[in-house]
Amino acid sequence: MKIYVSRDSAAKALGADEVAEALTAEIDASGIRGEIIRTGSRGMVWLEPLVEIDAGQGRMAYGPISADDVPALLGGRIDSLGLTEEIPFFARQTRLTFARCGVTDPLSLSDYETHGGLVGLRRALVMSGEEIVDEVKVSGLRGRGGAGFPTGIKWDTVRLARAAQKYIVCNADEGDSGTFADRMIMEGDPYTLIEGMAIAGLATGATRGYVYLRSEYPDAIAVMEEAVKRARAAGILGADVLGSGRTFDMEIRSGAGAYVCGEETSLLNSLEGKRGVVRSKPPLPALEGFLGRPTVVNNVISLATVPVIFEKGADFYAAFGLGRSKGTIPVQIAGNVARGGLFETAFGMPLGELVEEVAGGTASGRAVKAVQIGGPLGAYFARDKFDTPFGYEDFDGQGGLIGHAGLVVFDDSADMLKMARFAMEFCAVESCGKCTPCRIGAVRGVETLDRIAAGDSAAVEVLTDLCEVMKDGSLCALGGFTPYPVMSALQAFPEEFAGVKEAAE
Amino acid sequence: MHPQPSAEDIRELLGRHLHLEGPLLPILHDIQNSFGFVPQTAVPVIAEALNLSVAEVTGVIGFYHDFRKAPAGRHVLKLCRAEACQSMGSEVLAARILSLLGVDWHGTTTDGRITVEPVYCLGLCACAPAAMLDGRVHGALTEARAQRLVEALA
Repeated sequence: MKIYVSRDSAAKALGADEVAEALTAEIDASGIRGEIIRTGSRGMVWLEPLVEIDAGQGRMAYGPISADDVPALLGGRIDSLGLTEEIPFFARQTRLTFARCGVTDPLSLSDYETHGGLVGLRRALVMSGEEIVDEVKVSGLRGRGGAGFPTGIKWDTVRLARAAQKYIVCNADEGDSGTFADRMIMEGDPYTLIEGMAIAGLATGATRGYVYLRSEYPDAIAVMEEAVKRARAAGILGADVLGSGRTFDMEIRSGAGAYVCGEETSLLNSLEGKRGVVRSKPPLPALEGFLGRPTVVNNVISLATVPVIFEKGADFYAAFGLGRSKGTIPVQIAGNVARGGLFETAFGMPLGELVEEVAGGTASGRAVKAVQIGGPLGAYFARDKFDTPFGYEDFDGQGGLIGHAGLVVFDDSADMLKMARFAMEFCAVESCGKCTPCRIGAVRGVETLDRIAAGDSAAVEVLTDLCEVMKDGSLCALGGFTPYPVMSALQAFPEEFAGVKEAAE
Repeated sequence: MHPQPSAEDIRELLGRHLHLEGPLLPILHDIQNSFGFVPQTAVPVIAEALNLSVAEVTGVIGFYHDFRKAPAGRHVLKLCRAEACQSMGSEVLAARILSLLGVDWHGTTTDGRITVEPVYCLGLCACAPAAMLDGRVHGALTEARAQRLVEALA
């Protein structure tokens, strides 16, 4: 009998370690023949700690399981949810990037290879840099970190740049509220990121890579460091990648708690050991990036998706999706939801279907009021925008952005003026200070929202004007996108900004 | 208690990182992991080793939320204040915990037991509200569970 328990942070946060310990103790005490395997998460967080038992009929799911439930579980007295992959939330997905996550032992290289790992890298090793870049271009892969820039074009710029040293830098500074796909893939299938970075290195001629990983993710840091060590020992990284004579090696670096370091130029400064202030562009990091040398800066999910594109082919990947939003997107469903977790699906599913059907509405059982999409700098969508299909252009057309594809659901008790104020406050705390609209605008934004809250409805015009200045005049997305949550809350729920004074009159 | 480092200690620790490209953050993390904070006395030693000015090193330390200029309490509780946690009542939960411990954000209890810090996202947004206590994560926190966690601490 094989027993699978996740070692993902979300599972641990709900007691998975205690469940695994209780299982070990019960197996020892009862003499049951069982092997416990710690996996990544299947992404069904509302069922965590999820225990899967395979006694020959496939992996049967049980959850949520507490340590106290373990004797009853092994005694066959707890009802199963059925085969894990037949649970509707799971069965509706198209899992390409996350195909192995939750299935395998994240640090087992033999598990990785058994489930398709390294097929892509082996294929890339016999291709030229130009052929690799063309494959990525055909796949239609766009930056999954938020900006949606075509990955192949970025790689081509680095490939064509002339320099003695080039770099691949993975942006793992996933600081957006409501997003955890990077954390999940790094904890649950770290070799796919390593493989993706190695392929990026082959494509561009970069022989060194860095993962800049936020310090708020200690579990992900530990898994990635161990995975890099094992990959190096197995010859996947180093001076002779899989015996090809090609070189690629990489390191894991920890951030230090600054949100703005998720902005690629701030990240590069931070990696160099400087204050994480933004750099103005041009020059592009692709030409003058880390230490002034040509650098690919890609998000975790972009890089972690590269291996499956090379394993199954660019045309296979590009066949999924909607318009210019090709392939799949790991949607992170969070906040006040009945069924929170990670849902990988082809682009194009309407927002309302994700919120009402997949997530099952709110956890509190109250009506859904608003959904913030794309992190603290993303817009709030009220129910009237629920038919928007999940795609870069479609969201842009509705005055929002999909960003890193996190959805944070709020019920009807949410105070939208307070949420708008929080967005400004967050920007004020996290501003790097380099440009005036962000540094000062955010502080004045908090004050202006306080004026509105105190009943001064004339301040709404000041707020609108301020948001215009921040949007147009900020150097990076922190100041430039803070107007999204603020203005979308104002536009969708104007009555909450109408001023207490007027209501009293 | 954390030991107080000498210049010699700092120099020895520095040596482990000087081969890196961009060694300053790894150095600061290592100092803080070893001593619990980044002491002022380390700054000129780092500056000299990396050929930077004292002002540059001071500026980097001050820029990042993680680096402490003084030791924290024996335990560090980070409570998430980001939107997903707010949607599940984290602000009320945090206010109760702070009042229970008699501290404000970034404060340390008078007995030096616990420091409470805000954090903006632990990636546990699907099991909000979330916290991290001494590097261990806790999700779907209720007031009672949070209270038990802090009361169990020595």
